[in-house]
Amino acid sequence: MAAANGGEPTIDALGQFKLYSLAGPLDFTQSNLMMVVGAALTLALLYFGMRPRAIVPGRLQAAAELAYKFIYDMCIDQVGPEGRKFFPFVFTLFFFVLMGNLLGIIPYSFTYTSHIAVTGALALMVVVLVTIVAIRENGARFFTEYFFPKGAPVALAPLIIPIEVISYLSRIVSLSVRLFANMVAGHVMFAVFATFTILLANSGMLGHVVGPAVGLLPIAVNIALVGFELLVACLQAYVFAILTCIYLHDAVHLH
Amino acid sequence: MSEQPDRGFEDRLRTAEHRQKPPAPTGSAGNTTGSALGIGLRVGIELVSALAAAVGIGWLLDRWLHTTPVFIGVFVLLGGAAGVMNVYRVMGPRK
Repeated sequence: MAAANGGEPTIDALGQFKLYSLAGPLDFTQSNLMMVVGAALTLALLYFGMRPRAIVPGRLQAAAELAYKFIYDMCIDQVGPEGRKFFPFVFTLFFFVLMGNLLGIIPYSFTYTSHIAVTGALALMVVVLVTIVAIRENGARFFTEYFFPKGAPVALAPLIIPIEVISYLSRIVSLSVRLFANMVAGHVMFAVFATFTILLANSGMLGHVVGPAVGLLPIAVNIALVGFELLVACLQAYVFAILTCIYLHDAVHLH
Repeated sequence: MSEQPDRGFEDRLRTAEHRQKPPAPTGSAGNTTGSALGIGLRVGIELVSALAAAVGIGWLLDRWLHTTPVFIGVFVLLGGAAGVMNVYRVMGPRK
């Protein structure tokens, strides 16, 4: 983080997001590794959690059941009775994002949701799926009714249709930027405060006791930030999932 | 006389429902009724993302049709309108 070797130590907050290949010429980066780990952890939670099949669930089974029920209810509440069909998709999406956010908090790991390439791909997938669902459920009515609501004056069509199309396409941007920006901001703050500690300890300010002592303050801030990041990690995964549900609702019911 | 057991049941039902609720971090905020900061961030992202999408479309149209300042200018305005539309969808009354 801080390059303290000889020259001027600097704050390098963005270096942590650099990708490097773990398998030489195979482009398997640490980001991909964390994706595999996240997927494996999700499967492990469901498999080992549901293994006992107890009527009164243990802790792991309760966690698995709560997660299932939580997403299931979200689908039904937001999309309506048709939401059942989209449950597997939303569940997978929620856990992929949640695992990315949560695993990233562990020191020396990597937050794959901190790359806009990843969140952008996820958002693009959601919007493309929503469009396919809308066309399948409503056929050509999707194009006529979704982008031009019934009852609007025809004279306003040249204004309303572009605005609706932009509004529709902006979902890709807002969905991806929201997740990506939250994750990057959190991890940049970690890096900045951690670097403060190193800088203060190295500064030799007022002898070699006061500097390190003051350096404990940023560590305290970082501890609080870890708690805050835990909240943000869960919240952003939740927001991603619920927005997907809301978009699916719009696709099925046309607003 | 019939008040007492009724209220007891209602209370027990409420606590039972409360116990059934999912854990706090996933269910508490993030919806349209969040903290002021959350609402502000959401509105900001909706506004900016609509503008970004519009500018992207305008820029691509201009590059394609070689009409450089025309479409990007039009789409900046449309993007602003779409942003306000997005914010209205987020904050406005639920249908």
